[in-house]
Amino acid sequence: MTELWDGFTRAVQLLISFDPEVMEIAGRSLGISGTACLLASLICIPLGSLVHFHHFRGKRVLVNIIQTLFSVPTVVVGLFLLVLLSRAGPLGDLGILFTPPAMVVGQILLITPLLLGFTISALSGVSREITDTATSLGASRFQAIWLVLKEARYAVLAAVIMGFARAISEVGCALMVGGNIRGATRVITTVISLEAGKGNIELSIALGIILLLLALVINIVLNRLQQRQ
Amino acid sequence: MSLIQVVDLSHSYGDRKVLKGLNFSIARGEVFGLIGPTGAGKTTLLRIVDLLEIPGGGEVYFDGDRIPRSGKQRLELRRRMSFIHQKPQVFNLTVYDNIACGLNWRGEKRNRIAEKVDHILETVGLEGYKKRNARTLSGGEAQRVALARSLVLEPEVLLLDEPTANLDPISTAKVEQLISYVARQHNTTMIMSTHDMSQGQQLADRIGVLLDGRLVQTGKVNDIFHAPQNDEVARFVGIENILEGVVIANNDGIATVDIDGNAIQVISDYPLGKEASVCLRPEDITLLIADSCQQTAVRSSARNSFRARVSRITTVGPLSRVEMDCGFRLVALVTRISAEELDLQVDREVYAAFKATAVHLVEKGIGR
Repeated sequence: MTELWDGFTRAVQLLISFDPEVMEIAGRSLGISGTACLLASLICIPLGSLVHFHHFRGKRVLVNIIQTLFSVPTVVVGLFLLVLLSRAGPLGDLGILFTPPAMVVGQILLITPLLLGFTISALSGVSREITDTATSLGASRFQAIWLVLKEARYAVLAAVIMGFARAISEVGCALMVGGNIRGATRVITTVISLEAGKGNIELSIALGIILLLLALVINIVLNRLQQRQ
Repeated sequence: MSLIQVVDLSHSYGDRKVLKGLNFSIARGEVFGLIGPTGAGKTTLLRIVDLLEIPGGGEVYFDGDRIPRSGKQRLELRRRMSFIHQKPQVFNLTVYDNIACGLNWRGEKRNRIAEKVDHILETVGLEGYKKRNARTLSGGEAQRVALARSLVLEPEVLLLDEPTANLDPISTAKVEQLISYVARQHNTTMIMSTHDMSQGQQLADRIGVLLDGRLVQTGKVNDIFHAPQNDEVARFVGIENILEGVVIANNDGIATVDIDGNAIQVISDYPLGKEASVCLRPEDITLLIADSCQQTAVRSSARNSFRARVSRITTVGPLSRVEMDCGFRLVALVTRISAEELDLQVDREVYAAFKATAVHLVEKGIGR
């Protein structure tokens, strides 16, 4: 137990003193996951709208598949990407394995089902009558979809937040395609999982606290946004 | 030329036929009331006219042109109309943004929008509400926002689906007032569905009765209410006494109808042996006290007079509704004062008298 307590006090020191290594790792985590979340949102919100507003055969099956992929293990995504990006793999020529871009791609793949699924369900939460009302007030198809997205903005925002949370907290994929290279691809979770074993308890705990602090900040911002309404 | 013409329109949801071959047309500036019970197909009809739905069969013509089933022209046509839905659906935005929506979508200039929205807010009496979130409004206020949101577009055609169905009497009065104001001021063509008879009577120029997907009768308000085409319509427009019988004699336009052994005289040219329903409005029945009545009945011009036993009395606003048994069931409406004067009580014997002209003979409905 004393180990844990020592680790905790040391972690607080690391945080208060703005330890350069801790800050660098936290910054990289935020950067990679933020980028992944942003790109995934740009893909998934329009794509989710497309799925929601179109009726086609197999739509239910598609939604089922998307929902199943919510729980895809991060290491499986990592493994898949590792095979694709490795020197001998089909995308080996890109040469991005063990770089932050590979990690971004991995996290996009990981959170796409989540964002897609929750965007669709957010839009389903807006009553059909809202779409009809907009249409009969003279909205074009695109204008009506935009209005419905606005109606569902909090639920869509929650989907984005959830995507970000899954991205920043995952370790399997980041480890496999990032490699936990000091000064290059080390992120909060990879440090926690690997460095802790080497006795770097303080660093790990400090980063764990940072991860939770980030989550707290994001939650506060979200709540503020909702209360403003 | 009519602005809207509906030709042989039919529609189904799955196996259920909702509209069954409708034909009617509406002139520019006309207010057309669509009455019928819940589930008769009123909403579906309005949705098709508003181009929200593509009809299963038949055509709708707008301003002389056939409405296409797909393509960009639908949006253009839709933008000439506006539809007030039964449940006011306000967007989760401010009142101002709600009302500005349609104008924004039409690409109006920002300052023009502001002007128009301010003006319409005044018209509907919601001046101070501009910045309120529309979701926080009461039902009546929300319906006024929905109305303003449509009216601000100055549509050629306004479609209203039971606009006061969920409102309290005061809000209902306000909304009705607004509707008739718009109809008069802007000469807006309207189709308004309602199940409220008096609202139809009050606001519409012409009425169509929609029963089970069929337009059973269309006509001037008075015709529908006083000369319904069959017993279904009669029942729907609130004629409480509908008695089935057979014509047993007809002398120069005065028919005698046998109803379970009772003869009722009616002005009608229905021939001998025809099965028909006798319609009699409860307010057209006069009640007389049994002992003094013989002479009175003779003196009054009422051709029909029946000895009856009062079975139930209920109060309906300023009126008393008297249910009687005179071999058949009869309901009369009298003022409360005359009910007191006649000392009406359950089991009391009275005479129910009514004129031959007050009775209306109709054919039996299709569905029976």
